[in-house]
Amino acid sequence: MATRSQDVEYLVKKEYKHGFVTDVDSDTVPPGLNEDVIRLISAKKNEPEWLLEWRLEAYRHWLTMQEPKWAHVRHKPIDYQAISYYSAPKSQQDGPKSLAEVDPKLLETYEKLGIPLHEQKMLAGVAVDAVFDSVSVATTFKEKLAEAGVIFCPFSEAVQNHPELVRQYLGTVVPTGDNFFAALNSAVFTDGSFCYIPKHTRCPMELSTYFRINAANTGQFERTLIIADTGSYVSYLEGCTAPMRDENQLHAAVVELIALDNAQIKYSTVQNWYPGDKNGKGGIYNFVTKRGDCRGENSKISWTQVETGSAITWKYPSCILRGDNSRGEFYSVAVTNNYQQADTGTKMIHIGKNTSSTIISKGISAGHGQNAYRGLVRVTKTAENARNYTQCDSLLMGDKCGAHTFPYIEVKNSSAQIEHEASTSKISDDQLFYCMQRGISPEDAVNMIVNGFCKEVFKELPMEFAVEAQKLLGVTLEGAVG
Amino acid sequence: MLEIKNLYVRVEGKEILRGLDLKVNAGEVHAIMGPNGSGKSTLANVLAGRSDYEITNGSITYQEKDLTEMSPEIRACEGIFLAFQYPVEIPGVNNIYMLKAALNAIRTYQGKSKLDAIEFLNLVREKLKLVRMKEDLLNRSVNEGFSGGEKKRNEIFQMAVLEPRLAILDETDSGLDIDALKIVAEGVNSLRSRDRAIILVTHYQRLLNYIVPDQVHVLSEGRIVKSGHRELALKLEEKGYEWVKQEADAA
Repeated sequence: MATRSQDVEYLVKKEYKHGFVTDVDSDTVPPGLNEDVIRLISAKKNEPEWLLEWRLEAYRHWLTMQEPKWAHVRHKPIDYQAISYYSAPKSQQDGPKSLAEVDPKLLETYEKLGIPLHEQKMLAGVAVDAVFDSVSVATTFKEKLAEAGVIFCPFSEAVQNHPELVRQYLGTVVPTGDNFFAALNSAVFTDGSFCYIPKHTRCPMELSTYFRINAANTGQFERTLIIADTGSYVSYLEGCTAPMRDENQLHAAVVELIALDNAQIKYSTVQNWYPGDKNGKGGIYNFVTKRGDCRGENSKISWTQVETGSAITWKYPSCILRGDNSRGEFYSVAVTNNYQQADTGTKMIHIGKNTSSTIISKGISAGHGQNAYRGLVRVTKTAENARNYTQCDSLLMGDKCGAHTFPYIEVKNSSAQIEHEASTSKISDDQLFYCMQRGISPEDAVNMIVNGFCKEVFKELPMEFAVEAQKLLGVTLEGAVG
Repeated sequence: MLEIKNLYVRVEGKEILRGLDLKVNAGEVHAIMGPNGSGKSTLANVLAGRSDYEITNGSITYQEKDLTEMSPEIRACEGIFLAFQYPVEIPGVNNIYMLKAALNAIRTYQGKSKLDAIEFLNLVREKLKLVRMKEDLLNRSVNEGFSGGEKKRNEIFQMAVLEPRLAILDETDSGLDIDALKIVAEGVNSLRSRDRAIILVTHYQRLLNYIVPDQVHVLSEGRIVKSGHRELALKLEEKGYEWVKQEADAA
């Protein structure tokens, strides 16, 4: 029996809940991009000369580059001169010394988003860095983390207080000229989170950054750098939201992870940028470069992402498996509803001996959504006994959406073992009717079926966030099926 | 409990049921028999509220209410249960998780409190014995990788947990070996009660050796052409459906 697509669509329609705007006085530089703007950003942040040079080099490189066209997404040309590259709430200009000094309006914003920044109200065991437009407004549990020797602070603060660490690692995983958006980010990045876990330390709590775009006509270009020194472990989570606007806004972030010998980084993302309205108007362009370097032996980097928002998502959290016996993992759920587009996947680059990687990708398309998995598994000559397992599953809801899979496999060492499995399925009428006949409402039935489809990925998320992710999925697909 | 009057149903433009009448009282077990294509499964699906079945004429009254006005999940909450002929697989959805969601949805509708995890588990353990189902099937995905017999047993197990007022078993006997058939039949028999009605849709009278019906109806070309008791089923087995058809045509 054919799925009744109009019912499916009815069920996935729902409203974005984080679309409000906070009314704060902002210090926003006029739109446009040139070397003076970059100097201005650098000066506002009181950066050392080497960092300004680094930015300018990236900018000059960017000028020679073309926007990539190979992704399976469509959008109008982006006018990079129409974007403002720096916006900060005025109240934050001198930088609050403690939570007590943070503008109450900002605290309220995060409260509304379900991210209370008052430490006593927070989830025990999760430290949060809250980034509002171009600046970090608050970081919680700093003292407690410092006791363990963990550095967790806004990127701009790390530049001031730990310049040697920043200089040693910045751009070593994603070089300034890596790709068009990474080069742009390197030139104009404003803030983000910095995290260093010292040797043989298990980070005592989950670290998390919450990104919020508030101001209109701005781009958010944050930079996250996480270094797990020898034998350390950290679990990190990022979340993001933005107001509803008719114009598209650009978010071009760079995340670099470095795991030294025997270190482990678990990086989880719940991405819920404003996806645009049901006709595809507005929404965030989420063009992000995320890469982890398993630099040391026996190191491990695990990416888990739940991508429900953004008008367009273009991101490939990747692992460079340089150290012998290192391991990379990528678990992904990407949902596209209405006119959302996603081109996402991963790259696993096997260089060291006995390296292994696992890729589990779940794409859900509803409405007119287009969802592409794009992945590269590369085994270089030196990578003896490399192993990879890839599984890509697509779920279609309705008959106007699309699912696409572009797996690339390059093997230059004959000892490699690579497995690839892929499937495409639909929520069938039979499944829905079966649940409904048991008394379950169509909405709950769709939720249940979709969550079942995503189970392998959700179980990789830290528990509190797994629950959030399930709810978010429910909201994203509300009105999608019947 | 259930009264169907002069029911006409169309599926994909084709008239399948043509003037069907049926009355089922609480406490009764009715068997609907008939050759392939006579409309048996259509009847089962129409009662459960499947949307591709268009009612063009007639009425279905269930507990003094118009059944055709209710959505499938409301019918389920009102106590209608369909044991599917081909239970569908739902990958990744835990079997008892779904059952718990179903039971609590029905209980909520009926104004009862939801069962917590422990109460639910106790209920499940008790009902599991009725169908002698292996406990490890509980934590597998719904019907995924179940054998034909396991799927059918799972249906009866769900019925035991949900305790419907009107259960419709659509060819529950098909594909079962004799041992599995006996177990399923025992399960069904244990669920017979004064305030529950059961409709058995079946092609063969074999099932009726184990679940003895109060009434047997023969469905042919979308209508009930003959009704009787247990003996009718035996006669059908002996003489085939052609005999009833001829008799009906002659009448």
